Amino acid sequence: MVAPVVLVIGVIIGYPLVRGVFLSLTDANEANVERNIGVNHLPATYQFTGLDNYKAVLADGVFWDRLGWTVLWTVGCVSLTFLIGLALANMLNRTLRGRTFYRLALILPWAIPAFISVFTWRMLYNEKNGILNKLLAGGGIDAVPWLNDPTWAKLSVIAVNVWLGVPFMLVALLGGLQSIPGELYEAAEMDGAGPWQRFRNITVPGLRAVSSTVILLSTIWTFNMFPVIFLLTRGGPGDATEILVTYAYRLSFLDSPRNFSESAAWGVLILLLLSVVAVVYRRALRKQGEVC
Amino acid sequence: MRRGIRGATATALVAGLALAATACGGGDGGSGGDSGGELSGTVTFWDTSNDAEKATYRKLAEGFQKEHPKVRVKYVNVPFGDANAKFKNAAGGNSGAPDVMRTEVAWTADFAGLGYLAPLDGTPALDKTDDYLPQAVGSTKFKGKTYAAPQVIDTLGLFYNKKLLKDAGVGVPKTFDELATAAKKIKSKTGATALYLRGDDPYWFLPYLYGEGGDLVNARDKVVEIDDGAAVKAFKTIKSLVDSEAAVTDATDGQENQLKALKDGTVAMAVDGPWDIEGARAGKAFKDKKNLGVAPVPAGSTAQGSPQGGWNLSVYAGSKNLQASYAFVKYMSSAKVQQQTNEKLSLLPTRKSVYEVPAVKDNEMVRFFKPAVDGAVQRPWIAEGNSLFEPIKVQMNKVLTGASSPEQAAKAAGDAYRKLLKDYK
Repeated sequence: MVAPVVLVIGVIIGYPLVRGVFLSLTDANEANVERNIGVNHLPATYQFTGLDNYKAVLADGVFWDRLGWTVLWTVGCVSLTFLIGLALANMLNRTLRGRTFYRLALILPWAIPAFISVFTWRMLYNEKNGILNKLLAGGGIDAVPWLNDPTWAKLSVIAVNVWLGVPFMLVALLGGLQSIPGELYEAAEMDGAGPWQRFRNITVPGLRAVSSTVILLSTIWTFNMFPVIFLLTRGGPGDATEILVTYAYRLSFLDSPRNFSESAAWGVLILLLLSVVAVVYRRALRKQGEVC
Repeated sequence: MRRGIRGATATALVAGLALAATACGGGDGGSGGDSGGELSGTVTFWDTSNDAEKATYRKLAEGFQKEHPKVRVKYVNVPFGDANAKFKNAAGGNSGAPDVMRTEVAWTADFAGLGYLAPLDGTPALDKTDDYLPQAVGSTKFKGKTYAAPQVIDTLGLFYNKKLLKDAGVGVPKTFDELATAAKKIKSKTGATALYLRGDDPYWFLPYLYGEGGDLVNARDKVVEIDDGAAVKAFKTIKSLVDSEAAVTDATDGQENQLKALKDGTVAMAVDGPWDIEGARAGKAFKDKKNLGVAPVPAGSTAQGSPQGGWNLSVYAGSKNLQASYAFVKYMSSAKVQQQTNEKLSLLPTRKSVYEVPAVKDNEMVRFFKPAVDGAVQRPWIAEGNSLFEPIKVQMNKVLTGASSPEQAAKAAGDAYRKLLKDYK
C-alpha cells in the first residue's frame, strides 16, 4: 500500500535531491553539462571533484557573511511576525462588530501573489518618486533612502516580509486561540486572575503546540525567502541584503557559464543548516515536554 | 512562491523556467524551409527594445511578412533585464527558445560559447558584410566564426538640458572635475542637481574607468585590470560626485529614475544612450525638442572614453526554421530597415551606406553619436564578457553607500574576476 507514496516521494523529492547532491560533488556548469541544441548534441564533460566545492565555499568569507545576515534576517522576521500575529489574533478572538471584515482585511496580503506585493512595495520605496517619501516630504522630513542604504534596505526587506507573513501567523494563532475552552477563562476570572495572568497561564500554554509549529515553519520559509529579497533589492545595495539562497541563485543564474555545481553545494549546505535547526528545535521542545 | 532555490532543485528549476518560457516564447517553428524556393513557417523573434521603441520594432519585424507572405513572424518583446536569463533557460532546456533574438553585444560571445547560436558564415543572414562598420562587426565574432549580424550600434553620451545650463551660466562640462565645479552654480541658480549618476548599473561605471585609463580586463594578454589604480580613482570619482551632491544616484530602478529626473528637469545632465532619446523627448523639460543637447561623456583625469554597445541579431542553433530565420536576420539588418529604425527612433545604423542617406546624415543625434561611436572603446568580446558586470555592480553600490572604500572595492572586483576567468593573471 505504501508503494505509490514511495514512488511519488522518490520522483518529486528523491531524484532532485540526489541529483543536487551529485552535482555539488562535480565541477558541472552550463558549459559542460549535456545538451541537445537542434541537431547538435553536446556531451557532458564535467568531472567528479569530491568535496572541493564545499571546501571552497566554507573557506570563502562570503558564505559566513551571508550566513550572519541570513540568521539575523530570519530571527528578526520570525519574531516580529509572531509577536504581531499573536497580538492581532488576541484582539480578534472576541465578539466585536465587523469581525469578519477585519479578518478578511488582515488576510488580504496573503491572497495577493507575493511578487505583486513585492513590486508594489518596491514602487512605494522608490527614493525619488515613491509615495512613502512623498508622504514624508509632506511632513517636512527628508527623503529616506529605503533601498539605497545598507541599513535602511535591511529594515525595508524585513518590513515587507513581516507584512507578508503576519496573516499566516494570525490565522494559525487565531485557530489555536479558539481551541482553548472558554471555561478555563471563566474559571480563572472567578478565581480573580487579571488579564495578564490569564494570558500567561491559559493562552500561552494553550497555544504552545500551534506556535511551536508555526515558528518552525516560518523559520524555514524566511530562511529561504527568495522572492522578497530578490525582487525588492536583488540582494543590494552591494550585497547588503543578500541571503544564502539569493547568493546561490546568483551563482547559478547570473554568472556565465552558470555555476551549477557550486550553487548546488550552497543548496546542500542550506538544507543541512535547516535540518539541524529543525532537529535541535524539536528536541529542545520535547525536553520541555511541549511537543508530543 | 514560498520556496527558495535549494541546490537540489536548481536543475529542476531551470527546466521549470524553461517550460514557463515556452508559454510565451517558442511554439512550433514549422517545418518551413525553402520548399520550392519559397520560405514558409513561423519565425519567433525575441526583441529587447524598450517601451518607447517596441511599437516601431514590432512593425518593422512584421514587415518581413510582406516580402515573404508564407512566413509568419511571431514578435515577442522580452524586457532587456530578463532577456539573457530567459534565453539561456530556454536554449539550455531545449524548449521555448526563439528562432531569432536581438542580443546585446556582450551576450553574443556568451551564447556562442555555450553552443546556443548558429554560425552565420556562408548563410544568407550575412549580406553585404563590407558595408558594416568594422567596430560593429567586432562583437559578432567568436573563435573565428560569425554568430550574429550587427543591427544597432551605440555608446554613451552626456544628455543635457540646454536651458538649465544656460540659466546657470555654465558650459557643457568636458571633464568630471568641471562638472563638479559647475554643479554648485547649477544648484544655486536653477535648483536642479547637476547629474544623475546611474549607481545601479555597472555599464555606467565604464566612462569613469576609461577616464582614468583603466579597463575591465586585457583579453589579449589575459590580465585582469579592474584592480589596478585606475579603478580606484574611478570609484573615488563617483563617490565624490555623490558626496558633494553634484550627483544623485540610486541602487535600484536607475533606468526609470534617471529618465524621469531628466524629463522633469530635476537634473540638468545624465549619461545616457541613443535608446533613451525618444523617451527623454517625451518629457516636459523637452517639449521643445531642441532643448535636449548631447555631448561627449566627460573625461576623467587622464582620458575620455565611453563603452561601445549595441545590438546584434543572432539565430538559435536549435531553430526548426533556419532558412526563414536567416532571411529574417538579413531583412532586419538590411539598410532599408536600419534607415527606418533611425528615422523613427534615432538609433544608430551599423551600415556605412545608411549614414550616406541625407535624412540620416542630417539627424541631429546621428551627427553627434556617429563620431562618438567611432571613438568608443570596444569591450572584451569574450564568453564571460557579460559576467564581468555583476561584480562591478556590487562594488559600486558598496562604494556609493560607504560600505567599502574605493581600494577595497577594486580589489574585491579583481578577486571576483579571477574566480570567473580561471586562466587570467
